[in-house]
Amino acid sequence: MKLNRLLVVLMAGILLAACQPKNTLPNPDVNDTVPGSGSESGSSSGMDGSGSFSGSEIADDSFGDQAALDSMIIYFDFDKADLRAEYGEIIAAHAARLANDPTLRMRLEGHADERGSREYNIGLGERRSQAIRRILLLQGAAADQISTVSFGEERPAAFGSDEESMKLNRRVEIKYLN
Amino acid sequence: MRIKLQFQTLAAILIASLLTVSTARAELDIVITQGTARVAPIAVVPFGWTGNAVAPMDISGVINADLARSGRFGPIPEADMLQKPSAGGDVDFDDWSILGVEVVIIGRLSQTAENGFSLQFQVFDVFRRTQILGYRMTTTRGSMREAAHRAADMIFEKLTGIPGVFATKIAYITATGKGSARQYSLIVSDADGENERTVMESREPIMSPSWSPDSRKLAYVSFEGGQSAIFVQTLRTGNRIKVSGLPGINGAPSFSPDGDKLALTLGGADGNPDIHVLDLRSRELVRLTTSRAIDTEGSWSPDGKEIYFTSDRSGGPQVYKVSVNGGKAARVTFEGSYNARPRLSPDGKKVAMVHNDRGNYRIAVMDLDTRNLLVLTNGALDESPSFAANGDTLIYATKRGASGVLATVSVDGQIHQRLASGAGEVREPVWSSFPLN
Repeated sequence: MKLNRLLVVLMAGILLAACQPKNTLPNPDVNDTVPGSGSESGSSSGMDGSGSFSGSEIADDSFGDQAALDSMIIYFDFDKADLRAEYGEIIAAHAARLANDPTLRMRLEGHADERGSREYNIGLGERRSQAIRRILLLQGAAADQISTVSFGEERPAAFGSDEESMKLNRRVEIKYLN
Repeated sequence: MRIKLQFQTLAAILIASLLTVSTARAELDIVITQGTARVAPIAVVPFGWTGNAVAPMDISGVINADLARSGRFGPIPEADMLQKPSAGGDVDFDDWSILGVEVVIIGRLSQTAENGFSLQFQVFDVFRRTQILGYRMTTTRGSMREAAHRAADMIFEKLTGIPGVFATKIAYITATGKGSARQYSLIVSDADGENERTVMESREPIMSPSWSPDSRKLAYVSFEGGQSAIFVQTLRTGNRIKVSGLPGINGAPSFSPDGDKLALTLGGADGNPDIHVLDLRSRELVRLTTSRAIDTEGSWSPDGKEIYFTSDRSGGPQVYKVSVNGGKAARVTFEGSYNARPRLSPDGKKVAMVHNDRGNYRIAVMDLDTRNLLVLTNGALDESPSFAANGDTLIYATKRGASGVLATVSVDGQIHQRLASGAGEVREPVWSSFPLN
């Protein structure tokens, strides 16, 4: 299992690296952080010197890794829509799944914490969904597969005004519609 | 004298809390949380009644509560009154002078038909020993509460020089339950929280109510179809029209001062929220902003020439304004890292907003001439300021413990009131304009 995960990380790194030269991601922070996590994972697998894995195994596992595909929620920093480095693997797995099955449809539901004004938070939730959407598109998903909606602070996951609750509420929920 | 005033302020608070108990059925009960320096001692004498059985409504009780709630007047308890006249000739000014009362209000409700009543009231200045206001109006059982509020409005204006807003209405959103039991409601009530009616409810979020200038319609955002859409609902009939249901964000509706247009936020499939103006008759849609930032929360200047809005084009959210004819937007706020949801005062001279005050989200008002910014509230998560029609008071949403409640504050920050809620979270209050005659 641990090895499988390592391979997926490696695969994600390759996918991200592959799309890197031809596209400039609109958000510089996303540009910086996501490939960083990929190359880090890549180098650690290199040190293992594990030549026993075949290419086909990687391809199969990259679409089947349940840990990454089961992760349906991406969390964000306050007033930010930048994808945190730790989510590169998860987004890559979902992008690969969408690219592999063009009939799949996904909805990205953006949310914000309760601080500040409500309609601005609708804008913030939408910006978060769109940030994820753009990365999925760059990684091979088609535009008609992904729709977005923002609920701002209207549908909190956690009911509380403490930092822990607000952290859980700044999120994008990935929902497959079919 | 000072001690006496303090006693009377205490008495007023006692009366207010007694009234709170007597109106416990209402969803919103109003409690004065912080008073002004000057509370004028007045007496609202229980009104007389001419008719069969008992009076259908305690008119003087409603007037008494309205004036006490303003934070400017401290009505003395009925038990302290040395006389209870209901005709002008019976007022003995010496009896009121002794009590330190400055203003005496008396009146009478008379039945003139099966469902016809005459309400008359008189206001006396105890120092000058003269009547300063006398009025008679006709009313019915169904409109009696409104008649009482209108009487209170006239008395308030005579005593303060500021038109009263007791006969106006407020609309707000409530959210109750959690998870699959979550329920959102759009509610309209009298300004004192009484007489509330649910005008729309849904399992999906309802947001951003906005009154039409004639107070007959509400525009709002509903997610009932899984996506946001903007509706305009006529209150009397309950009929509603979906005026915007485009892909992406449909948000922040705001009626123009003439009621013919709606400012709104549209995000499109690519999610770039911009301010638009929709002509409600021709359905013509004009895009006013094009920045790649979040542009939202449009609010009209009272002359209908400009729209103030929130934009984070400079990094964090700040207030900007743009001509309704388009062109370049101008930045309005510079103080602090977070200024959002602008609302213009009825005279167009001030703008209220949500302002980040050292990490706390509070209601602030900026004078557009002097650029002075005054923070009015002291909560941590205050939002959604809305001006009363007289420009004297703002209603807003705040937190009390874990639940959302409504509160009001005078524009000078002197008088604070809380509208305690009976159920769930209450938020996004918006104050209607003056009632039509």
